Amino acid sequence: MAKMKFLCDSERCIECNGCVTACKNEHEVPWGVNRRRVVTLDDGAPGESSISVACMHCSDAPCAAVCPVDCFYTTDDGIVLHDKDLCIGCGYCFYACPFGAPQYPQKEAFGIRGKMDKCTFCAGGPESDNSETEYEKYGRNRIAEGKLPLCAEMCATKALLAGDGDMVADIYRERVLKRGGRPQTWGWETAYKQA
Amino acid sequence: MTVERTQPGTEGRKQRKLRRALWTVALVLGLSMVLPLTGMLLTSDTTGQALAQQQQAQEEAAAVAKEEQQRRDFWRAAREGTAGYTAVSGQETNVLIQSEGEVWRAVREGPIMRYGGIGLLAVLGAIILFHLIAGTVKLEQRSGRTITRWTLFERVIHWYTAILFIILGITGLSLLFGRTVMMPWMGKEAFAAFANVAKPVHDWLAVPFAVGLVLMMVPWIKESLPKAYDFAWLKMGGGYFDRSKHPPAGFVNAGEKIWYWLLFFGGIVLLVSGFFLLFPNFGWERGTMQLAHIAHAVSGVALIAFSLGHMYLGTLGNQGTLEGMISGEVDELWAKAHHNLWYEEVMKHGNPKEASRGAGAGQPLTT
Repeated sequence: MAKMKFLCDSERCIECNGCVTACKNEHEVPWGVNRRRVVTLDDGAPGESSISVACMHCSDAPCAAVCPVDCFYTTDDGIVLHDKDLCIGCGYCFYACPFGAPQYPQKEAFGIRGKMDKCTFCAGGPESDNSETEYEKYGRNRIAEGKLPLCAEMCATKALLAGDGDMVADIYRERVLKRGGRPQTWGWETAYKQA
Repeated sequence: MTVERTQPGTEGRKQRKLRRALWTVALVLGLSMVLPLTGMLLTSDTTGQALAQQQQAQEEAAAVAKEEQQRRDFWRAAREGTAGYTAVSGQETNVLIQSEGEVWRAVREGPIMRYGGIGLLAVLGAIILFHLIAGTVKLEQRSGRTITRWTLFERVIHWYTAILFIILGITGLSLLFGRTVMMPWMGKEAFAAFANVAKPVHDWLAVPFAVGLVLMMVPWIKESLPKAYDFAWLKMGGGYFDRSKHPPAGFVNAGEKIWYWLLFFGGIVLLVSGFFLLFPNFGWERGTMQLAHIAHAVSGVALIAFSLGHMYLGTLGNQGTLEGMISGEVDELWAKAHHNLWYEEVMKHGNPKEASRGAGAGQPLTT
């Protein structure tokens, strides 16, 4: 079974925010919610690098571990999804997540949070595939249509890769060999151990 | 003749041969020293170029090393949660990775849930065990005359705070332990439906609870200051183990004072941390929320554990205590037994609480 993964090649990312725009448009995410974002370190200084980051669909997902109502589940493809019908908007997943993936559209007074929203790897939610309710709650289910996440599809420099972990690893490894040197991404050994 | 002729001829040839040999040796020696130096003639023209090549290679290596160093620095900075720039607005969106969440998760799952859970069960078990072994402290005799112990305001504020405390305790614990304890038998959907009510209830009732706690704690602060005789009470274990004699106690005993101060300081932690958790819209960052959650959970679980003891001692543990908090009146003999110094004080100087209670004071209890 495929194990879905994102990989952002910091050598290629040009901080165009195309992935952010593609995601927002594809899923019609509400105002104030950004499932993906591009972060630039050393902006304007030598060594400036950008990374596009969203939910990394962790194997041992901290969000799922701390959720009081256990609303997270991992699909057979290794995609971490959640059930908005169960979510109580407590914010714990946001405190636990290393990547700042969970988002909350603020709904009520005193900053009481709405249902959590996050990147679904374009795989929707627990509702039936590509139903109206699924689209409203989680956005488009491209995986069910046999397509990969739009952010990566749209990436002009192919910095952002999404898909089966093995294939992503092969593409990246080939690039690195051509550039010379070893894999340059942090967490490589953890994510692609078989390399 | 021929010998004569040949004699000088051979002499001359020998000399020429020797000269030739000497010259040859000299030439060989000379060339062997000079010829190797011709390499210099060959290279002397291109020396500058070679050096330049060498220098270029060094510069390239340095550039690669610098690039690699920058890459390392970039990932290290990303790993350490260094803030950068992002076009996406929002809280901490410019941070790639925050590792504190893993620590928070470990603290919540480990010390708080494990030891908190074990602690609560241990307190409950200890109370049951104590009750089974030692049993209720009975009020052997009643005088029929009563003393006013708690004013109407004190009773109302006590029960108001107590009821809110219990609701907040149950809803709060269900957020911490519900997934482990309630979900297995309730099912995911039913528990989520409950939690969807429990969470806003916990949020909204927090404000009236805070008001109640402050209104309850402030008037009782004077009576809860420690006195010398409190140590005697503690030394005697509150009289719960050796029931032949009663330890000295004023209006409230040392045990009640300990509960007061736990609630006082625990309550401050609880309310302050709760304030942070209640208003995420004020822009607290994740680190603040994690700390607030830990402080809230620890103080909450600790106060719930102690409140179990308080509930037991105020009801089943001591006969005649609960009626004081319901009617405001306690039997004189109960007062004499449990709060001897207060009883003497009241007998000598009168009861200040009596005045505020108004008519009907000192009436015999009908129960």
